[in-house]
Amino acid sequence: MWSFSNIADIIHEWLNKTFNATLATLFEMVIAGVCVIGLFAVLGLILVIMERKVAAWIQIRLGPNRVGPKGMMQSMADTLKLLVKEAMTPDGADKFLFNLAPYIAMMVAMLLMAPIAFASNFMMWNLNIGVLYVSAISSVSVISILMAGWASNNKYSLLGAMRSGAQIVSYELSAGLAILSIVVLSGTLNLNEIVLSQADGWWIFKGHIPVIISFIIFIIAVTAETNRAPFDLAEAESELTAGFHTEYSGMKFALFFLAEYVNVFIVCAIGATLFLGGWMPFHIGHWEGFNHIMDFIPSSLWFFGKTFFLIFLIMWFRWTFPRLRIDQLLNLEWKYLLPIGMFNLLLVTAIAILGWYF
Amino acid sequence: MFIVNYIKDVFNALKSLAIGLRRTLFYFTHHKEIITEQYPDNRATLHLADRFKGEVVMPHDENNEHRCTGCTACELACPNGTIKVVTKFDMTPEGKKKKAIDKLVYHLELCTMCNLCITACPSDAIKMAQTFEHSVYDRSQLTKVLNKEGSKIMEGVE
Repeated sequence: MWSFSNIADIIHEWLNKTFNATLATLFEMVIAGVCVIGLFAVLGLILVIMERKVAAWIQIRLGPNRVGPKGMMQSMADTLKLLVKEAMTPDGADKFLFNLAPYIAMMVAMLLMAPIAFASNFMMWNLNIGVLYVSAISSVSVISILMAGWASNNKYSLLGAMRSGAQIVSYELSAGLAILSIVVLSGTLNLNEIVLSQADGWWIFKGHIPVIISFIIFIIAVTAETNRAPFDLAEAESELTAGFHTEYSGMKFALFFLAEYVNVFIVCAIGATLFLGGWMPFHIGHWEGFNHIMDFIPSSLWFFGKTFFLIFLIMWFRWTFPRLRIDQLLNLEWKYLLPIGMFNLLLVTAIAILGWYF
Repeated sequence: MFIVNYIKDVFNALKSLAIGLRRTLFYFTHHKEIITEQYPDNRATLHLADRFKGEVVMPHDENNEHRCTGCTACELACPNGTIKVVTKFDMTPEGKKKKAIDKLVYHLELCTMCNLCITACPSDAIKMAQTFEHSVYDRSQLTKVLNKEGSKIMEGVE
């Protein structure tokens, strides 16, 4: 049966037979890079049309329905438009930082792809500290936002960037605590091993109520970390025009836009890996027959299905909840999410030590 | 008790968020609720809301008769001078003078569709039509005479 890991093995073997080891590794790196860029482009196209359709249906509208069948080519047309637009740099801007910021946003998103397990035995980098790596790299994204806001030489951009800085720095804490509860239960930082530890049931089912609480905290925190509504103070179309990317146009704006959507995909992939079992099919304890039937669905389908379910959840939030004020935002984090998260981590630790999970 | 209020806060917040999410999920899954009209494609089957107001018209019956007595109530009611009633005096068969309209001039470009003229009219001579494709190439085409050429007042309307 064809699977991602099969294809990867065949390419690996062929490259090692044809070239020497160094060259083969170099070629593999190039192939992985091209694959990541291709995945980015596809994700951007799919997520933009998905967001617009979800938004439309939730608001009792039809959404894009002119370009292509049922409007499905709309995001292609948008991309084409962005490609031919002029990418302007304002006169008063700090040119170097202004042009650097979108690439840093993109680079962070690319780096985050490395340790994610897309299917069984299919990941770019089987890193033994995957969880730590992800939470460390994802905090770099605030630098690109601050850089863009500062270099634009625009008061709205700077305000948006500062808000975003306060937001990301504070919400990382509770996201980290929520992730830690799974690390405590599975006893490893390796994302692949975390997936393997869920072979007899996903953590959200095995870990009782404390894991459900940390799942809720995780979803709230990553919604805030990716700057999406109801936490989109950094962009806040109605107050700050567009926040940190007010001055950007053309492809540089598109890079920010793409980075936002890819970040949404990545945090949802991490959430799916930690709480919903990543590529692991839906298994119940020791029901061998049931588990065997579930194994017939390819692991990559399970992974993308769970990830897109979480993405839909986050989009659903965006089109339901009103935007928070900056003081409400910080109240929510420091007075509610963080204390609850800490207490919850204590509870999860007790459960893990006493072996009360399934 | 602080801690009780705190926990109550959290639960109430989650509950109200869940109510909102349930509402939007209902709309997301019920495509029949969609109210968007695909306008230029469905001109024939266009569904307009009852309260939609497009322009003021004066209905005429098959004998080219209208119900306007020329009382100028609509002109007085209009807040921005959209309607001008030009009156004349007709001779009745008994030799009495009777007031009637010569022209009821309506400036569509000034009208805000506030409906005050329709409510002011004592004899239901004018009403709001649901037309809305009002674009013209010259502004003077928006000044309309509502009563038709050679029309006269309906029998029995005072």
